Amino acid sequence: MTPDRNRVLVLGFGNPGRGDDALGPLLAEEVARRRLPGVDADATYELQIEDAVAVAAHDRVYFVDATVEGGHPFRFERVRPEPGIDFSSHGIGPGGVVDLAERHFESNAECWLLTVRGDDFGEFQEGLSARARVHFEAALAALLERLDPQSAGANGG
Amino acid sequence: MNPTASRRHVVIEPLTRVEGHGKVTIEIDDDGRVRQSRLHIVEFRGFERFVQGRPYWEVPVLVQRLCGICPVSHHLAAAKAMDRIVGADALPPTAEKMRRLMHYGQILQSHALHFFHLASPDLLFGFEAPVDDRNVVAVARRFPDLALMGIQLRRFGQEIIEATAGKRIHGTGAIPGGVNQSLPVERRDHFRAQMAEVLRSSQRAVEVARDYTTAHVDELRHFADFPSSHLSLVREDGAMDLYDGRIRAVDADGRTLLDLLDVQAYREVMAEEVRDWSYMKFPFLRERGPEDGWYRVGPLARMNTCDCIPSPLAERARQDFRKTLGQGARRVSMAYHWARMIEMLHAAEVVAGLLEDDDLLGTELCARGERRTEAVGAIEAPRGTLIHHYEVGEDDLVRRANLIVSTTHNNEAMNRAVRRVAEDHLQGVEIREEMLNRIEVAIRAYDPCLSCATHAMGRMPLIVEVVDTSGRLRARRSRDGGTGGARSGD
Repeated sequence: MTPDRNRVLVLGFGNPGRGDDALGPLLAEEVARRRLPGVDADATYELQIEDAVAVAAHDRVYFVDATVEGGHPFRFERVRPEPGIDFSSHGIGPGGVVDLAERHFESNAECWLLTVRGDDFGEFQEGLSARARVHFEAALAALLERLDPQSAGANGG
Repeated sequence: MNPTASRRHVVIEPLTRVEGHGKVTIEIDDDGRVRQSRLHIVEFRGFERFVQGRPYWEVPVLVQRLCGICPVSHHLAAAKAMDRIVGADALPPTAEKMRRLMHYGQILQSHALHFFHLASPDLLFGFEAPVDDRNVVAVARRFPDLALMGIQLRRFGQEIIEATAGKRIHGTGAIPGGVNQSLPVERRDHFRAQMAEVLRSSQRAVEVARDYTTAHVDELRHFADFPSSHLSLVREDGAMDLYDGRIRAVDADGRTLLDLLDVQAYREVMAEEVRDWSYMKFPFLRERGPEDGWYRVGPLARMNTCDCIPSPLAERARQDFRKTLGQGARRVSMAYHWARMIEMLHAAEVVAGLLEDDDLLGTELCARGERRTEAVGAIEAPRGTLIHHYEVGEDDLVRRANLIVSTTHNNEAMNRAVRRVAEDHLQGVEIREEMLNRIEVAIRAYDPCLSCATHAMGRMPLIVEVVDTSGRLRARRSRDGGTGGARSGD
């Protein structure tokens, strides 16, 4: 697959009204705002089973989510089809979406999960915590580097 | 209850495939008899502060942050309240029908998600199947046609929502007094072209739910069943209406307790009890008091409150449901699944009818009237009656908000369901997989949504604990692979 043929999807998920849980949607919206060629970006509260259709329509997918674990500001990891239960209930995990996409829609998309460390997931509030804002900028820079067709092949992403 | 009796607690937290954090505590005595069961739900507070001081026209957008699962319900309930704030007592036909299309599209996709994603593993594989098998991906492997049907129904409903409300995380379609857009003709035609398949799939889903229920009817009549009252909105002629109506409640024998009450007067007949062990309130009908005044809401309740469903295929299915289950239609928690699929079929029929109505293409989108300072908006959300109540100052800023969400209405009923399961399946303090599964199945029948869309990856293990009266941990069980099989204390 050559980079210029890539159809890339950035799918951020989380609740913008719950503090740092907004990291996923905000990153996706920032990518959408830049109108990068060949890159679609969307945001949702939680991943759902029908997102398998969107995954299958792209060659490369970045799921973007906030995380409460780990000391790193952000992390990319490959998403493999996964039949396991996702404890977020009505939603489904990235691995479950990929499994459905491959099983029903012949997807062979290369799927990544970008998790960005957040701190504050407390009561209803809009806006990121100070540390999450720093992590947001770092994750955005790394994501944009991967989305750039000129560098995508070099960084493996 | 003997206050001196030694008691133990069986704790289960959080529930898989239920929104947010949930914990079940089962209180038993020395003989292992269930004394009490409690479903603890961490309901998020702070919403009132979140909207206080904000302009009323922002509220229909803001309230979608309450829940990532049913943002459309909150969007529409708030918009209906704000209709009254701006004095729009009757919306233009285009606005009314666009909102109905949005709402019934949501009912369709929400019910499809619950049945095909959450409930079908329980129904297709059985309550005692290994938990690793009871998920949608396993359904996709063994029943690919059903899994695909679920995805396609979900996708259709979601497309309807996006066409009427806007982007899924920032829906703006309903505004105080109406809507901000009509339906482009090409979108209407796009949806029309899919309707035959959507109707076929919905009918098939009713058949699956019916077949399951009738095949297991003897078991289900004794699983998480209990008598209760039921409450919902109904149309003025008594027919089902999920977008608008008046409050009707019936008792466990079907006798009318309340009929056609204006939702603006809900506080005259409904109250909410606070209990010291739960964050979530317990609504009840004032006239019957907190002990007897609780009720169920949602699909099963609506089957019991309405006189008919105003669409032919769903009405035929409702009559079959009532005839087949008899009194069980009022008692059996698992009958929610069949009822939910009948409603999904109804939603598909309503959407099909609306798509044939040229009012959707109209240009008159908003109404205005005499300004008010207080209003109630109510809607039948997928999980049951949803009430939004606001006070707005002369400066247009929200002064006060009160919400009663569907899952809160069902709070007592879910506790009763858990207790019934525990009474039948708890042995000593051993938390067997079988009981754990059945508690989840019972609660899941109500499709609770715990006002939470925060899910930060890696935060939700399933933990089971046995604790004695001194608080000492007697046994612990994790479902995320951490500790393997169950261990029980004495």
